[in-house]
Amino acid sequence: MLQVRGLRKSYAGTEVVRGVAFSVAAGECYGLLGPNGAGKTTTLRCCLGLTASDAGEIRLAGLPVPEAARQARARTGVCPQFDNLDPDFTVAENLIIYGRYFGIARRTMQERLPRLLEFAGLEDKAGARLDTLSGGMKRRLTLARALVNDPQIVFLDEPTTGLDPQARHLIWNRLKSLTSSGRTLILTTHFMDEAERLCDRVGIMDRGALIAEDSPRQLIQSQIEPHVVEVYGEGVQDWARDTAPGLAQRLEVTGETAFCYCRDPAPLLESIQDRGALRALSRAANLEDVFIKLTGRDIRD
Amino acid sequence: MIDRLNLRFLHVVSRNFLVWRKLVFASLVGNLADPLIYLVGLGFGLGAFMPPVAGMRYVDYLAAGMICYSAMNSATFEALYSAFSRLKIQRTWEGILHAPMTTTDVVAGEWVWAALKSTLSGAAMLLAMYLLGIVHGWHPLTVLPVVLLIGLCFAGLGLVMTAVAKSYDFFIFYFTLLITPMMFLSGVFYPRNALPELVQDIAAALPLAHGADLARGLTLGLPMAHPVRDLLVLVGYALGSVLLAIRLIGRRLLK
Repeated sequence: MLQVRGLRKSYAGTEVVRGVAFSVAAGECYGLLGPNGAGKTTTLRCCLGLTASDAGEIRLAGLPVPEAARQARARTGVCPQFDNLDPDFTVAENLIIYGRYFGIARRTMQERLPRLLEFAGLEDKAGARLDTLSGGMKRRLTLARALVNDPQIVFLDEPTTGLDPQARHLIWNRLKSLTSSGRTLILTTHFMDEAERLCDRVGIMDRGALIAEDSPRQLIQSQIEPHVVEVYGEGVQDWARDTAPGLAQRLEVTGETAFCYCRDPAPLLESIQDRGALRALSRAANLEDVFIKLTGRDIRD
Repeated sequence: MIDRLNLRFLHVVSRNFLVWRKLVFASLVGNLADPLIYLVGLGFGLGAFMPPVAGMRYVDYLAAGMICYSAMNSATFEALYSAFSRLKIQRTWEGILHAPMTTTDVVAGEWVWAALKSTLSGAAMLLAMYLLGIVHGWHPLTVLPVVLLIGLCFAGLGLVMTAVAKSYDFFIFYFTLLITPMMFLSGVFYPRNALPELVQDIAAALPLAHGADLARGLTLGLPMAHPVRDLLVLVGYALGSVLLAIRLIGRRLLK
């Protein structure tokens, strides 16, 4: 459904995408993960033919991009990072008028409207003004708007950023219903739990390059120890220096917390039992741990 | 960067029309009240103290100029403030570009829309002239295509400014340095031959003077000095500016 090969893009002499290659099969949900500035959004824009790449080959929905980008976009849905709904129109008008840009007649859109509104959970809001909608409702409407052309493939740039947990769960639910109806999804996100939950495969980008790619489960198994014990409290630095190294396969101390990556957490937990000031949180390793291991803990601005 | 001719720009025109239709009453009242106030206030009021201008009553002279002035203003405001809000504040154009539309479609649509809106302003001014008995009969209606052309000129120039603007504040320069001087130099309020020769030459290089000469000739049924040259200048500004706007806005949105 999407093939990207050797993609490169520079802005003012700085290469922000450095030879990215990946492909997404029909019906798959693929997540592009990476810190801010990793090149995710630029990669997506290149795939849609909205940014001219410096090098590389892209095929979207079977068509070469940017040569046939317009035709490829006719088969594609896009849910952008920032809402760009039309504030002058009602909920239903937003969908109908967006359909026109795809050349969809008003009558066809009127037929599709009930299902789109139902998908967005906005059945009784068809005539509502945009400024009466909550953030979650606007996001759902944006998502429904990305489906006006019944696309085979949908791009989602940070679909749940800024939403509360209830609204996020509702969006996840909608995205799952899209994949189960056979559509291909490509999403970028900062939330590892979101990627772990939704994506069949994820690609982790850092500094313009794709540095790891696999299913979330495979990445966790291959990249990192199965258990993490987070230890914090007074004296954690001394404990981490004197006791922890023999018990954890890998150890990271950041601020007041020691992250101990290990195969067996029992000896570690035992060792802090007689240290009253220390507390521990023992959990299974997750995609966030992989992400932090591969991209580091430094803040990217 | 610039597409071949097609009709997709009509989707953008119709989107803007549907938004405008929601405020149609306020818009039409303003469109008609404004010219009446000007013509009565300046034309009859100030005109009462004035000798004939270029061989006619001042209100007759002014009215034809005001058609062009209101067309210029209307196109300029639409192409600057409204278009900029769709570019940067509401991100409307970004949304449209995610569909199978291109920057050429978007800019061409905005260009035609702003010109249509300015034609409506010019038509309202013409209606006010009929109501006040300044013009009679059918022949003044021949000015409307010229009003559309003036609209396309200033819509194109305005879109070029929007393409390079970082914020609304930038438009002040355009008004102060170009639009306001053009309004005074182009034979809208008084004949250009009152001005020093150098200023007259500058005015002759600007589009509004050519629009004013054409509009005056057509509405009042007077002989025109060089109508073909006037038309060519307007067409040149309109096409040149919109092609530049398409390039600049493409560069801005597709980086």
